[in-house]
Amino acid sequence: MTQLAIIGAYLALLLGLGLFSSRLFRGTGEDYMLASHSIGPFLLLMSLFGTTMTAFALVGSTGEAFREGIGVYGLMASSSGIVHSLCFLLIGVKIWSLGYKHGYTTQIQFFRDRLGDNGIGLLLFPIIVGLVIPYLLIGVIASGAVINGATIGTFPETFAATRGGVPHWLAALVICSVVLIYVFFGGMRGTAWANTFQTSVFMILGVVTFVVIANGIGGQEGLWANMQAATAKVAEAHPDRLTRSEMSKFMFTTYLLIPLSVGMFPHVFQHWLTARSAQTFKLPVIVHPLFIMLVWAPCVMVGVWATSATLNGQLIVPPDVRPNTELPLMVAKLAGPVLGGLLSAGILAAIMSSLDSQFLCIGSIFTNDIVLHYWDKKRFSEKQIVMWARLFVVAIVAVTYGLSLFEPRSVFAMGIWCFSGYTGLFPLVFAALYWKRLTVAGAYACVLTVAGMWLWLFAESGFGANANYTFQLPAFGQQLEMMPVLPITVASVVALVAVSLVTSPPPDETVRRFFPDSPS
Amino acid sequence: MKYVIWISVVVLLILHQDFWWWDDGTLLLGIVPIGLASHLAISLAAAVLWCLATIYCWPHSAEKTESSNLSTTEGGQG
Repeated sequence: MTQLAIIGAYLALLLGLGLFSSRLFRGTGEDYMLASHSIGPFLLLMSLFGTTMTAFALVGSTGEAFREGIGVYGLMASSSGIVHSLCFLLIGVKIWSLGYKHGYTTQIQFFRDRLGDNGIGLLLFPIIVGLVIPYLLIGVIASGAVINGATIGTFPETFAATRGGVPHWLAALVICSVVLIYVFFGGMRGTAWANTFQTSVFMILGVVTFVVIANGIGGQEGLWANMQAATAKVAEAHPDRLTRSEMSKFMFTTYLLIPLSVGMFPHVFQHWLTARSAQTFKLPVIVHPLFIMLVWAPCVMVGVWATSATLNGQLIVPPDVRPNTELPLMVAKLAGPVLGGLLSAGILAAIMSSLDSQFLCIGSIFTNDIVLHYWDKKRFSEKQIVMWARLFVVAIVAVTYGLSLFEPRSVFAMGIWCFSGYTGLFPLVFAALYWKRLTVAGAYACVLTVAGMWLWLFAESGFGANANYTFQLPAFGQQLEMMPVLPITVASVVALVAVSLVTSPPPDETVRRFFPDSPS
Repeated sequence: MKYVIWISVVVLLILHQDFWWWDDGTLLLGIVPIGLASHLAISLAAAVLWCLATIYCWPHSAEKTESSNLSTTEGGQG
């Protein structure tokens, strides 16, 4: 009951904040979807960080470190620290500048305008939206699982089928409703404020959990001595977890491409456009790697310690534990219900700070790229545009929730495939911003190649069933193991460049419009 | 300086592949394995490098947008 009360209080706080921010709503479509380009450096930093960090940053990182060791940090955290900021600087600032100048709200508007072609929007629409849906489902299903796990035993009679815990369907419904309410009323401003609050919550709780767990398993006096004792146990029982000996070097290298997906995430694109000015990007560019470190490093260490931590002579986390339950298990056994409730709130914060942006983004895409694009925009008042956006947000939340009821567990394997698809499209956004010679045909070739390669490799993996699928390339008398993202991205670049070079250059007018500072 | 920054980014990406500490389980301060410590250092170096990039590699063409009037061009075609 304590955990449920803490989660309830947290959700109420979040709702209050979201509804309060809606009082600042200016009543226009631009304000609803882009907060009237009024977001300052701190809110942008927190929004971008909260949006790019999912529940994986807390529970997933701990679970992966439990199984793979410390290499997980290099695989996902330090690489993201370099590449995400690179995307913010090279892609984000330029997109903001062009979006502010030409009035874009969505990626598809930008690509249609940049390439002077309507069809590219139709081609990109199902791909961009289709890759977000599994990402949304992961969040909704995970939120149901978190609340269910945290409340087991609370209602033994009412919810006997779920061991007394709030059932997944009800928990996910509550989470979807809370996110829907503050996105519906607060729009992008409500989302940015909520993200800031939620990001603060999961960052602080991550550090608090780390300290409590270290003190719980060390058995010494003082935090420093406890951390040394916890690591010493690992060195004795599982020294391989303190190295990367179990990890493929080439796989590690190819994983570096995954964070490039941030450059093509539609919800991150929309957050970029909310910035007050180009200067606003400086703080996120600098601080983002530090924030990643603050969240990931403690979780990775806890995951490694979990392999050998004991309580009363028994392992706290058994070796055959269900994936992603390592951290909640450690907290339950070492910290009690209050921190357990707070940690559940922190995990929900990480999930919801991604869900809200994605719901709003898909609503914006349907409003701008379907309704306003194919019907005369002048027909609609600002009030009607906001109404359309809100209707689509409600519809997307309803559809996502409906799909989550089918419990498609295999959707979790989709996470890395979503990222791989967006990374495959990264060359398109990069070329659109930096290569004058990019042609419409080159863009089509790039998108179709990514779609074809992605579908082929996804089918090869048993449609995500083989979670450890890697692409094998015979080279130097051996099989090179790599993430599927590498062949997808290489094919994407080759198709984009080759087809652009053999087709007619884009019109001078387009070049002048998008590259005003460079000689034609 | 601009080129020094971008070359440093490439160097950092190469350092990120620190194969030389792949199997080394040495502990720093008795807590952090060297393979993790090196990546924490990479995270810190990334922040410093991006700080320098905002000074020396800032896309000033983006600033012009702020001072110019908003274009009346509608986003997207049609």
